[in-house]
Formats: sequence, C-alpha cells, structure tokens
Amino acid sequence: MKAFADLYARLDATTSSNAKLAAMQFYFQQVPAADAAWAVYFLAGGRPRQLVPSRLLRETAMQAAALPEWLFEESYQAVGDLAETISLLLPESPHSSDEGLAAWMQDKLLPLRGLPPEALAERLPRLWAQLDRRSLMVCIKLITGAFRVGVSKLLVTRALASVGGLDPKRVAQRLVGYTDLSHRPSAEGYRALIAAESTDEHAQRGGQPYPFFLAHPLQLPLEEFDAQLGAPADWLVEWKWDGIRAQLVKRDGQLWVWSRGEELVTERFPELQALAARLPDGCVIDGEIVVWKGAPEALTERAPVDTATAGSEALKRFAVQPFALLQQRIGRKTLTAKVLEQAPVALLAYDLLEWRGEDWRQHPQQQRRAQLEALVAETTAGDLLDGLPAGPEVLMLSPRLEARDWADLARQREASRELGVEGMMLKARDGQYGVGRTKDVGTWWKWKVDPYSVDAVLIYAQRGHGRRASLYTDFTFAVWEGAPGDPERKLVPFAKAYSGLTDEEMRKVDAIVRKTTVEKFGPVRSVTPSLVFELGFEGIAASSRHKSGIAVRFPRMLRWRHDKPVDDADTLESLRELLG
Amino acid sequence: MDLVIARPEGLYCPPGDFYIDPWRPVERAVITHAHGDHARWGMGHYLAAADSAGVLRSRIAADMPLQTLAYGERLEHHGVTLSFHPAGHVLGSAQVRLEYRGEVWVASGDYKVEPDGTCVPFEPVRCHTFITESTFGLPIYRWQPQAEIFTEVNDWWRANAAAGRPSVLFCYAFGKAQRILHGLDESIGQIVAHGSVEPLNRVYREAGIRIPETLYAGDLKKNDPRLRQAIVLAPPSAGGSTWMRRFGDYSDAFASGWMMLRGTRRRRGVDRGFVLSDHADWPGLLWAIEQTGAERVMVTHGSVAVLVRYLREQKGLDAQGFETEYGEEDDSAAEPT
Repeated sequence: MKAFADLYARLDATTSSNAKLAAMQFYFQQVPAADAAWAVYFLAGGRPRQLVPSRLLRETAMQAAALPEWLFEESYQAVGDLAETISLLLPESPHSSDEGLAAWMQDKLLPLRGLPPEALAERLPRLWAQLDRRSLMVCIKLITGAFRVGVSKLLVTRALASVGGLDPKRVAQRLVGYTDLSHRPSAEGYRALIAAESTDEHAQRGGQPYPFFLAHPLQLPLEEFDAQLGAPADWLVEWKWDGIRAQLVKRDGQLWVWSRGEELVTERFPELQALAARLPDGCVIDGEIVVWKGAPEALTERAPVDTATAGSEALKRFAVQPFALLQQRIGRKTLTAKVLEQAPVALLAYDLLEWRGEDWRQHPQQQRRAQLEALVAETTAGDLLDGLPAGPEVLMLSPRLEARDWADLARQREASRELGVEGMMLKARDGQYGVGRTKDVGTWWKWKVDPYSVDAVLIYAQRGHGRRASLYTDFTFAVWEGAPGDPERKLVPFAKAYSGLTDEEMRKVDAIVRKTTVEKFGPVRSVTPSLVFELGFEGIAASSRHKSGIAVRFPRMLRWRHDKPVDDADTLESLRELLG
Repeated sequence: MDLVIARPEGLYCPPGDFYIDPWRPVERAVITHAHGDHARWGMGHYLAAADSAGVLRSRIAADMPLQTLAYGERLEHHGVTLSFHPAGHVLGSAQVRLEYRGEVWVASGDYKVEPDGTCVPFEPVRCHTFITESTFGLPIYRWQPQAEIFTEVNDWWRANAAAGRPSVLFCYAFGKAQRILHGLDESIGQIVAHGSVEPLNRVYREAGIRIPETLYAGDLKKNDPRLRQAIVLAPPSAGGSTWMRRFGDYSDAFASGWMMLRGTRRRRGVDRGFVLSDHADWPGLLWAIEQTGAERVMVTHGSVAVLVRYLREQKGLDAQGFETEYGEEDDSAAEPT
C-alpha cells in the first residue's frame, strides 16, 4: 500500500503531465504485475462499489479517534473529504504496510463487502492500524469508492504505452472494458496490456469492444459552414440521438453490449439479445440505445432518404422516447416485465467497426456505412426468411439526412426538439474511425440544436414554496472561472433554477443539500459543491447586474449529471462564448 | 474581577489601564511579539520582552518609545504586577502574566509548545484565567516533530539540486524563515534570501541564534550558476511576481501548518507543502491549557467556537470566546478559518 500511496502523493502534488507520466512509469516498473493491474484499474477510473457504508465508516472512525460526533463533523467540514478527515483524526500508526495494492484489495478490502456492522467495527481499526497516514487516506478512498486523482485515462494509456514500448492507440484499445465492474484486475491482464504487439492483434478476442470515437461540438455560424466544412455532400449527416452510446459486439455466437463508459451493460438490455441469432460472428456495431415505442417503419422506410424535401411529417413518426425514460430504466436494479414493456429499447445503428472478423475502423466512413446498411437490411430480411419470431424491432439504421445545402439542413434541424433529438451529427465521408476525442484520422461534429445548455454546479439552496415548502428545491448554480488546476479557480454563480426535476430527484437533492451544508444565511444554505446539473436556457445576455456578468433567460434543470465530477462543469468562459 | 476585557481598541486591563497587543493606537501597549497583527504602529508607549526589542525596532521604528523586561522580570503598574514568560512562537515572543490582588491571568498571544532552537521554548505559567489562541483548534491538526519536517525539506532541496533546479520555499519572513534556515543542511548548496527575509536574519544573528550564511537574492543575476543548487526563501507574496523570473525552471514549496490539508495545498498550487507551523497544534493547545491549571479559559483568534465547546464539554472548564483582530500576518493569514 505504501508504494501506491507514494504514487498517489506524487500524482497529487503536481500539475505537470510529464511528472505524472514519470510517476506512473516508475510505479508500473517497480511493483509486481498484480499491483500494477489494480493501479491501472483505479487510475483509469475503475470504481468498485462502496465496500463499507459511510455511516459505519464515520462511526468506527469517531470511536477509534475518541472524538464526539460534533467535533468529527467540524473537522470533516474543514477538510471536505471523508477519507482525508479520518486519516487525520485517527491516532498515527507506527506501522506502514509494505504489502502491495493487489494483496490489500483482494485479501483485506474486498472481503469487507457485506460484512455485518459488528464485524466491520472490529476489523476496520485493525486494518487502519497497519497504515501510515498517507496510506490510510488512500486506503479509505478505496473503501468508499471515491478514489480520484488528477490523471486522465489518456495519460494512463501513455504511461503504459511507454512501459510496453507500444503505440498508445493500441493500449487504448486493450484498455477498453478494463474498468468495468465485472472485470477483476489480474497480473495476466496487466501483462496483456503491455505485451508486445502480436500479428493477429486486430482479431479481437472475446467480447472486447473498440475505444469509442467521440464528436467535437460544432460552434459555427451557418454562413461559415461552406468555408469551414465544404459541401454537405462531403458529410454523412444524421440526427444526434439522446440515448446511450453503445457498441454491440457479436463474436463466437455471443453478443455483448458496451456503454460509452466502457461498462459491460449486456444484461441491462435483454431485448438486444434477439440479435445474437441474427447477426453474423465477427461484427461490431456502434450506435445509440434509445427507448423506442411504436412502428419501426418510420425509420426503416426513410433509410436511405433521397429527397431533401422529406418534411417533418414523416419525421414525426419517430418513436424515440425522452432520455428520462431510459434513465429511469437504467436506475432499476431489476428489470421487471413491466419495465420492459414500458420502456423497450432499440439500437439505432450508425457505424460498423468490425466486419467478418476484420477491424474496419480504417475504412472510410461511407464504406462502413454502406456495409452497415447492407447488414441491417439483411438482418431484417433474414427475419422473414428464417421465420424468426416477429416482435419489436430492436436494430434500426440511424437514417442519413440529405439536403441541397447547409441552410436546408439547418431548416431540417429546427425539428430536432420536436423529434426528441439533440441536433445533428456530421461525419466526414472519407474519415476513419478514430480513438476518443481525436481529429487526426477523421472528424465527427455534433451540431447540437440547443447551444444554450451548460453543466453547472449547485452552490446554494433555498427551501421551495407550496408543496415543496419543506424541501430545498430552489437552487443557485455556478460555473468555473479559471482553468483547471489554477489555484485561483473559483465557482461563480450565474443562474437560479427550480424546475426540471422529478419529485424523487428533488427529495434526493434535498437530502444531499442538508448533508453538505457549509453555512446557513437565513433561509439559504451554501453547500459543498458536489452536484452537477445540465442547465438549459432560452437566451443569454451580458449583464452588469449579475456577478458573473451574464444573465440567462428561463433557466431550468435539464438533467442531473450524476456522471459528471464538479471539476468538469462548464466555465464562465464557455458561457461568454455563447454571448457571441 | 476580570483583569482583561475585550474593547474596540484591543484586549484591555482595567486596573492597570493598559492594552495587550492593541489594534488601534492607545497610550500604553504591552506587546506579546513582533508580528504585525500584534505589534502595531502608533502607540504612546510600548512594553515588551527584551528579546523582541531588535525585531520591534527594525519593524516599527528604531527610536520607538520601547521599554523592555527580561523573561521573568517583574514590573508593578497601578497595583498590577506584570511579567513576560516565553511563548516559543518567534524570537522574543512572550506570554503576559498579570497579577492583581491575588488573581492571576496569563495572556499567551501566539504560542507553540515544541522547542525550535530559534527562540526560548514555551513555559507553562500557572494562573486562574488563561487567554489562549486557537489558530489550529481542530483535532485534524497534529504536527510531526520538526526534525522530520526538516528532513523532508532537505531531501526535497537535495533532489532539486541534483537535478540542477532552484528550490523556492515560500514562508513568512519573520520567524518561520529563520526557523527553516536554522534547520537547513548547508552542505547541499547556496542559501538565498528574499529582501524581506534578510533584515530579520540580521536581527536573529545579533541575538546569537545560529542562522547560516545567506546570499541576498537581489545580488544574483538570472542564470547565476549558483542558483541551480540553491534554496531560496521568499515570502508568499513573492509567488507569481516578476521577481520569480530570475529563478528560471524551479520547484516551489510552501511551509505552513495549513499545508496539513490536501485542499489547501492544492489551492496554493505549489509542488510541495511542508507542514511547519509556529502555532500550537490541537494536542499542543490542550496540553498548554492543562498545564496552566486555569479553570477559566478565554479563547481568541482561530477556531474559537470549537475550542470553547470542547473545553466546556470535555474538560469541564469555564471557557468563552474573545473577539480580537489578530491573525493577519503570520500563519493565520494563509486561510480564513
């Protein structure tokens, strides 16, 4: 644990990418492969579920430190981090465990899950007593599942690539799925990450997906499209679906489903298993999982669309349901028949990454698309020929949109909100399928319909009125001023909002506000920034009356970004850019 | 009767008619130590411990109306017997003991209980009422022995010197800087001091404290080869200024008790944080309070509410808070508490 704590301290102490790279390389080369395997898991964002309930962790710590609860809370408020608070309050241990990270995880920490409270209360202090202060903090972060340190997955990839003498893209590909909950890091797994390149590397084994290719936001006035992008004919244009980005991997008679977070979600979407029998082996499809109700013809008839005049009449037959419905479904622990009936999903396919066991990512977009269209058509046709049971269609093409010119597309795009899509995607016809948010081999643009949407941090809360009188439901939101890592970086409030949440979400936020209150000013509480919401608004203008210098019109919460850390919320600069 | 009360001008002794560390100009001021938030300009008459005379005169005025007493020496004024006792905070820092009609009060100013070699160590003084600071009045603050911290500082300096990179260590110019100088391993390289540190080094040397030889930063040009192995002591205000440019590619660190917390360390944006404070940590505060035998404790600047509640509930003492305007120069200024 000590070596890993040292790595954590080194990563934490610097903002320099080179220093972080050096620290990771040093660690990977020093420790046994099993430890490196776990370190990669955590550094790349792996989060095992919380091993011990926070409440119990606090109580055990208070007891071990012989402190009254109020003093523990005062301390926690000064520190702002539970693991750090506990590590500072416990009596300092003269011991410092040299056992590696893997041994700690496998033999000591993972077995804690599910133990009865009495057993935990007895076992935790004995574990803690083996650790020096720094190791203790890291250990508790591993227990709470809140381990985070300032390295990006890309940086971990680069460190591994240099250790193995490999192309980072290769490592990125091997890392896909590494942080999935179902994956248990192992020495062999780590060795495979940094193993020398083999000749049949492209032939993927098992259910491994490919790293997702990500889009860049397109923020251009329409007049500049021709100059910057060329003719619309150079682009494959589609709707930007508001669902869950996913890869369908079909190999060896099995079907796997991966989400963009590189999480294996096969079991979340049993409907898609119908495709296991229909898709050929050695095929990987990239697309969007959406909740779909109604006739699939609305889409299939429109693919390909060959007239620019296909108006929104046909489009209205789209049956994509709001993202919220999908989110509710994801939140369910068990998928009952009722849920499956209320929120059935389908995959809207838009790319083909592997075909007949061959990596197709280097083929041009249009070639992949043509093959994808043929595949989907075949799959659907095979349906009839083989007499497979008819049912809700679960694989459809994300239709191509065509137009005479950009202005025409812009007009079509106006229907986005009505259709429940986020705007359009523009994909270079000749582009390859890249890795992550890159533009070197091909470009994807997301041309979102509502530019007035930012991810903001909740910093103040006030009790609501009427039926929300006892709940903290009126919020003040802030964005960052200053670059990440800037010591002067601070949150600047810019909008108040109180609508957009479901009742259940409201109750959850209320509970968090009470727990994270820093100060009370009359009816208003300031909170430790921990919640990020996507705020939508209709207009934006410069304002000298507001601290942020900006006033927004009709702000409301579009969704709760559970997936977004506070540090990644938007900046004042990005708001100012919207001013134009 | 209360021998010290809080007034808008500062802590006031009614029977003696004088103030302790007043923050507004008054006729008679008793000064616990020479940090700017305790020793201010404009008093009619100053009384301080003899060891602090050098720093006071260099910071306020050479010809200031200053009277001094050696530690332990007694002075009677309007029936109040006054004496100074070491507080272990910085050179010349003192606790003020007041005795009037059998009642004893001690105002401790700022104090630290671990001896550091650059000033006379803290001495507990028995009293009925003790006035204590509470800068680090939370149990999360527990200092390591300073020898360990100096090993960390020297190791950091040595590693930088080996890489041919200057080490810039930010610390308060009076007290902290001299304490660090006292603990540096001179064999590693050259020691360079910022212009605000240098005059205080002189005062310490004149008082007989061992301070290694230092170069004045202003005498060195950018790219001076001596800088590559040097450690530079500078006040926090020098960070980010053009003054820093002369050091080229350097590693920086900050020495303060606030570096205990990861968040503070990160907000500072320096490469390293060394946890070194001139104030008592939580166990130090509790130990000092206990040693005085006082049943009544007045808590000033810092975590007043926390320490008051803890002393009342856990120690059964008659504790209460005192409003002051201290905590603006040294450690206390690093973070609002």
